[in-house]
Amino acid sequence: MGGPGAKLVATNVVVEYWLARSEMLFTAVEGVDLEIADGEFVAIVGPSGCGKTTFLNAVDGLIPIADGSLTLDGREISSPGRDRAMVFQQPGLLPWRTVLGNVMFGVEAQGTMTKSEALERAKQQIELVGLRGFEDAYPLELSGGMQQRVNLARALLTDPEMLLLDEPFAALDAQTRELMQLELLKIWNKSRKTALFITHDIKEAIYLADRVIVFTKRPGRVKCEIRVDIPRPRSLRVKRDPKFVAYEDQIWESIEEELTVKPERLLAGMPG
Amino acid sequence: MSIKEVDTVPLPVTRGEAARPRTRRSVVKPRRWKRYEATLIGTVSVLGVLLTWQATDSAKMLPLFLPGPIAIGRALVTLFTDPRSEIWLDLSTSGQELAVGYGGAVVVGLVVGILMGWYTRFQYALDPFVNFFYSTPRIVLIPVFIIWLGIDWQSKVAVIFLGAVFPIIINTMAGVRNTDVALIRVARSFGASEALIFRRVVLPGAVPFILTGFRLGVGHALTGVIVAEYIAAVNGVGKLIADAGVTFQMAKMFAGVVFIAGTGVLLTWLLQRIENRFQSWRPQIKS
Repeated sequence: MGGPGAKLVATNVVVEYWLARSEMLFTAVEGVDLEIADGEFVAIVGPSGCGKTTFLNAVDGLIPIADGSLTLDGREISSPGRDRAMVFQQPGLLPWRTVLGNVMFGVEAQGTMTKSEALERAKQQIELVGLRGFEDAYPLELSGGMQQRVNLARALLTDPEMLLLDEPFAALDAQTRELMQLELLKIWNKSRKTALFITHDIKEAIYLADRVIVFTKRPGRVKCEIRVDIPRPRSLRVKRDPKFVAYEDQIWESIEEELTVKPERLLAGMPG
Repeated sequence: MSIKEVDTVPLPVTRGEAARPRTRRSVVKPRRWKRYEATLIGTVSVLGVLLTWQATDSAKMLPLFLPGPIAIGRALVTLFTDPRSEIWLDLSTSGQELAVGYGGAVVVGLVVGILMGWYTRFQYALDPFVNFFYSTPRIVLIPVFIIWLGIDWQSKVAVIFLGAVFPIIINTMAGVRNTDVALIRVARSFGASEALIFRRVVLPGAVPFILTGFRLGVGHALTGVIVAEYIAAVNGVGKLIADAGVTFQMAKMFAGVVFIAGTGVLLTWLLQRIENRFQSWRPQIKS
């Protein structure tokens, strides 16, 4: 399996949990087939609780898969590795460390860099995510958006083969979220790293990705995929482009089919 | 007290360009004397109490039962000047008992607390004992220790150690347990070894808990010194207090209490200083 240029290959991936309290086996992801090409930006959307974050955790190697196979550059994924770095939904910063210390934490954990090298490159990375001047600030002094910049810088500093992003902007306010999307694309444009982005925000997925994968409701599997044919670099204005809106309709309809709740109740304020 | 007024207000970052961290003062600029407010009010309050106390003493209200601060001060001086006084022996005896007992409790409490917090099975094995001893007043064990270890320093060290070690164990364990699982997940995701997770994530997070355990331990340790010496001892500050008490030398007795209280205040203050050093990252909460 895996065509030429395929970076990540997921074949029939199944993830199961044992729920201790109710004593039952819970299938979060069932039979995901997915290929991500080198340098491709892929976003996964799906109804909440569909197992998209679980799938991402499996790709990161944080949870084992029950069946199928998951390979990155042909190597089986069984545990977290230097070839992947995760940007978490919650920033997960060490509150007693400064911005600089937190950005360096990833490479420190990996043990891949000398301290002086890490320090040097961490400073550059902080500049890249727009936090220059805040090196010595503590996480609790930062806004949510700034904390997520630190979270992003920490992952980027490890220089991974593949960047995994788990709804990193979900907890931010609408304006900050848009700004962060724009900046993420700017940063991503420089390195063009293979990226897998999880989100429940359809617009965000279309805006960022080359390809949007829609998951079915739990247990999650790939329902359909939409190739986003919007040229890069993309300004925030493309979100009002008719083509963009058409993609949005298409994806929303696809997700709508997965929702058991009457769609009219969810449509308020939603596009389509 | 209400939680508000975080001192530094982070300003939004603008794209790319160099954003300098500006800090804006809160609307009301704190007055200079605010910095000394705590010390000032504390000092005035203590002085007030001492003066009132001295006034009742000077009025000869309760000379036998409650000597005034000046009388206690005189007794303190006498303790050091009287050639028959064994104050240095008392102080060094109690001091050594405290140092060995409390020092041992810190080391053992820290190690056992960390092990119990980090390894669940270790906790399962030791929990019954910790709960048993912590809920038992250790004072009841003093006669046993005296029978086993004699009335010399060994029995006192045992009492002090047992008094201080459990609050340290329990707090250290709670601190280790309290680690944010999200932080551990982040560390695991970056491939951190268990040792690194422990050193860089778990331990720094547990420091405030551990220091609280140390501070609680001080109180228990001091109680241990006095009570153990009260029951049977050759020398020591507790013995001094006990002897002075039964012979109605109230001023001398209170002088002994001053030593104990002073030691407690000093140690607590030192630990507080250390704790503050580890807490500099926390935004200050003002009332």
